[in-house]
Amino acid sequence: MSVVFEVKHINKYFRKPVLFHVLKDISFKVKKSEFVSIMGKSGCGKSTLLYILSTMDTDYEGELFLNNKLITGNSRNELAYLRNKYIGFVFQFHYLLSEFSVLENVMLPAKKLGEKSFEEIEFDAMEKLKMLNIKHLANKKAYRISGGEKQRVSIARALINNPSIVMGDEPTGNLDSHNAENVFNIFKELSQQKGLSLLVVTHDQDFAKKTDRIIQMEDGKILT
Amino acid sequence: MINWKVILSIAKTHLLSKFKQTSIAALGVTFGIGAYITLVSFMTGLNKMLDDLILNQTPHIHIYNEIEPSKKQPVDLFEAYNSSINIVHSIKPKLVQKKIYNALPLLNYLRENEDVRGAVPQLKAQIFYISGSIELGGNLTGIQVLEEARLFDIQDYIVKGSPKALSNSNNGILLGAGIASKMSLDIGDKVQISTIKGDVFPLKIVGIYQSGIADIDAVQSFTNLKTVQRILGEPDNFITDINVKLNNIDLAPAMSKKIEQQFNLKAIDVKTANAQFETGTTIRNLITYAVSITLLIVAGFGIYNILNMFIYEKMNDIAILKATGFSGDDVLLIFMSQAIIIGLIGGCLGLFVGLMLSNLIDTIPFETEALPTIETYPVNYNGWFYVIGITFAMLSTFLAGYLPAKKAKKIDAVSIIRGQ
Repeated sequence: MSVVFEVKHINKYFRKPVLFHVLKDISFKVKKSEFVSIMGKSGCGKSTLLYILSTMDTDYEGELFLNNKLITGNSRNELAYLRNKYIGFVFQFHYLLSEFSVLENVMLPAKKLGEKSFEEIEFDAMEKLKMLNIKHLANKKAYRISGGEKQRVSIARALINNPSIVMGDEPTGNLDSHNAENVFNIFKELSQQKGLSLLVVTHDQDFAKKTDRIIQMEDGKILT
Repeated sequence: MINWKVILSIAKTHLLSKFKQTSIAALGVTFGIGAYITLVSFMTGLNKMLDDLILNQTPHIHIYNEIEPSKKQPVDLFEAYNSSINIVHSIKPKLVQKKIYNALPLLNYLRENEDVRGAVPQLKAQIFYISGSIELGGNLTGIQVLEEARLFDIQDYIVKGSPKALSNSNNGILLGAGIASKMSLDIGDKVQISTIKGDVFPLKIVGIYQSGIADIDAVQSFTNLKTVQRILGEPDNFITDINVKLNNIDLAPAMSKKIEQQFNLKAIDVKTANAQFETGTTIRNLITYAVSITLLIVAGFGIYNILNMFIYEKMNDIAILKATGFSGDDVLLIFMSQAIIIGLIGGCLGLFVGLMLSNLIDTIPFETEALPTIETYPVNYNGWFYVIGITFAMLSTFLAGYLPAKKAKKIDAVSIIRGQ
């Protein structure tokens, strides 16, 4: 199976307030259609790692490969493009643009990518919403829908450009068990049926157990 | 790769969702630009009117024979005392004739000069206005009235009658308004004048002259050059003054010096004669621009403030945009385009408001003794003010938007997403 995402010898320091070695020589791979969860106690550096992987944080040592291409050292604009095209995000908090409609929120990354016509993007976005059972919300403003619905909208947004990998920072952390279950099932389905790779940081033991692989972290190091 | 359509649509949504703040920011610009246009139109209109008041009446170069002492006294010319210091007490002015020597050829010479728009001869005479047994002292100036009207806008100061009426009449007079009211005379009446020598002439009043300066209006009257020559019993070439109007007023000082040297006459240029007036104009312009720029800067700060607030409110949005693949430059452009849209809408409205207010001021009655032909407040509709206004609106919104937008560009998405 092809490797979608590879991390080699990542080291990260926090310089303020005192020099602190957060991540210590982290290396792992994520294969295509693999569902990986990262677990660990608070402060072990898992979120820090995720944001490095997300390419938003560029202050680290080591190398990052996306689809077997080195992306460490690319300019911020190039990284923004890669993030837009190949990486989808789902956050713990829902992070939708509240003044835009649900449909517009989902369409935005695709419009930014600009590879498809407006009609195609709209069609794709509706497909994603339909897949997540929230098609009826398409024209509602983002601030008028419930938390579980928001999370599904942000999943739809993460998927709109058909990314190689979707990353999540506690995507179910803020949801009740019913909605958490729901989100997990959606992720599972995506990885199994669409061949999507998933990398999810979580606290939730039950959630992690059901994934293909668990990366256990402690004190900035990978245990397993 | 900049996707303008997406950027503008985001900017538009932001602006519309905060319609109140957007309108207030735009109104700030509107107010600034509108006030600038109104102020500058009104002030320069007023300035121009005051300038015209002086410049139109004043020749750019005034040529005449001055009664003054000779610059070189006879003793200076005597070789024997060449190397000594000569002090002459109680020097008397040299007797010169009042008339300009060879005035007609000089006039022709001046008129042929390319820099000269026109030159008019004048003959100034001291006279008395006679009303029964009362004699009032005054000045009678002989002019070529149509030329005066062409070059010096004398018709603006003729409150009754016309220049044409004077030029068509052999013994007409444009009587000063002050004398007319003193002697209860009006158009169509006759006035007796007497020369210093004592000859009395009746002249027919064809117009009333009012310069706006009461002291002048109480003594000054005009008639045809030929009429004065006839009254004084002098020939056609008897001319005491020549007034020159140039195409470019800036040439006046140099040209007046040249004429002085070439023809041995006194030539005063307008800048020397009215130095204080130039200072006044400069300072009035300075004040106008200082106030206008202050207004525009205040508007600029308004925009800066509101955009800054916008960006703090939109921190989350910025983080999301960045996380979903918008680059820092895209975010910068989103906020810059918001600033520029505010500037453009506010600025255009401001131009419109300015135009409306100027129009309004233009209709307000403004009647004053000093300016007989002015009926409403003067307004200067100069297209450049509008160009400067909109340029400044764009420039200030650009700057006011750039600083907060740059801040938005630099916002670290990770710290916002993690910080919640």
